[in-house]
Amino acid sequence: MYPEDLRYTREHEWARLEDGRVRVGITQFAAERLSDVVFVELPAPGSTITHLETFGVVESVKAVSDLYAPVSGKVVEVNPALTERPELVNQDPYGAGWMLLVEPTDPAEFAGLLSAEAYRALIGQETG
Amino acid sequence: MVAAELRRTPLHAAHVRLGARFVLFAGWEIPVQYAGIIAEHRAVRERAGLFDVSHMGEVIVEGPEALAALQRLVTNDVGSLEIGHGLYTPMCTPAGGIVDDLILFRIAAEQYLLVVNAATTAKDVAWIRDHAGSATVRDISSEIALLALQGPAAGRILARVTTARIDEMRPFDALPAVLVAGRTVFLSRTGYTGEDGYEIGPAWDDAPGVWDALMEAGAAAGLVPVGLGARDTLRLEAGLLLYGSDIDERTSPLEAPLGWTVKFEKGDFIGRAALLRQRASGPARRLAGLIAEARAVPRHGYVLQSEGRPVGTVTSGAFSPTLQTGIGLGYLPRELTEPGMVVAMAVRGRAVPIRVTRLPFYQARH
Repeated sequence: MYPEDLRYTREHEWARLEDGRVRVGITQFAAERLSDVVFVELPAPGSTITHLETFGVVESVKAVSDLYAPVSGKVVEVNPALTERPELVNQDPYGAGWMLLVEPTDPAEFAGLLSAEAYRALIGQETG
Repeated sequence: MVAAELRRTPLHAAHVRLGARFVLFAGWEIPVQYAGIIAEHRAVRERAGLFDVSHMGEVIVEGPEALAALQRLVTNDVGSLEIGHGLYTPMCTPAGGIVDDLILFRIAAEQYLLVVNAATTAKDVAWIRDHAGSATVRDISSEIALLALQGPAAGRILARVTTARIDEMRPFDALPAVLVAGRTVFLSRTGYTGEDGYEIGPAWDDAPGVWDALMEAGAAAGLVPVGLGARDTLRLEAGLLLYGSDIDERTSPLEAPLGWTVKFEKGDFIGRAALLRQRASGPARRLAGLIAEARAVPRHGYVLQSEGRPVGTVTSGAFSPTLQTGIGLGYLPRELTEPGMVVAMAVRGRAVPIRVTRLPFYQARH
């Protein structure tokens, strides 16, 4: 399930444009591959993240995975629900499982991300 | 790079039907999970789970010289082992390192069955043959499959497919040949989860019939299939060691919490002299139980620090579904392994407090 109104990274993050800001999370593909998420380490509001560089990690029962920034910018909000309920990432990766809200510094970065169709093709390759 | 031929257990088709996700382990394609690691872990703690561990190795050592050969090879005392009973033991190198850990059953007067790790089966068979003297050694790993039925409901479920007196079996008891689901199997009251349970060894081709019968017999009790992912979180909570991670040829049983398996007074065995020396001076490092004091999960390879200096490493770690925090095992200098002591674990540039704790992390109270 890969909503058409989102854009995607090759590292399985999604990005949604909301009134000039960008909301970020991980895709269903990533959430399923991780299986049970137990901790999410995210940057504090006010910090800066950089396009395609790591901004945090997701800890699942058996492994740690890096999170890669879809866009550069300042972190405006961090999802407070993930501290108590990290499983939201598995249950609702595009909704309640969102991770960051970012004030982007370069609009071209969002436009350069993968479309839903391109992302589906990418993961089709990975699972094929 | 040409991939080595991948091996599959006789239950592969069943796993595919059950929606298993597979992983490569020791040259085998094995389920890592079905419904999910936490769900499977909880099922075993609360009800029962069924594991396919047919990739493990089985070796028969038999004949009039079998006892003498095994007494040489293992650190535990095989001399007092009754027919129909088993024991857990490491097998050591002359330097006191660990070749493998295994369970050894006496299945007849002069016949013993050894169950060894999948990743070390070939090494173990060669090692045993080299030190067997005139005892006969048979590798039957491809002839016998292995299923583990584990959890508080395991006995109830197994009783529906066998008339063997399984409730009379003590832990580590074994019945070399009984009928389960109409097939002759090896049966032991053993496991790797910290729960009550049984391990069932049918002939390789009988495994699907036994698996299906157990799954059906256990449906009403909530039996689920369980993969390697939950197998690891379960054994870690139970304080059980994993060869290749926690112990290997560079670690001794006196450093791991396996001193109880080393019976110096039974007579000579490979590694005895080296282990006696180590016992005299006291091992410099010990494997300790570790529990995270903050939101971090110990992982294999993470560095442990004290007063800013590296002092050890994590050998196993995972998020514990039962304790709801990160747990692990790691080697530390002996003086830092008192329960309650706190060291630091380096995680992505931060120092996270980690507390030494007694093993096991979890003990079944059913």
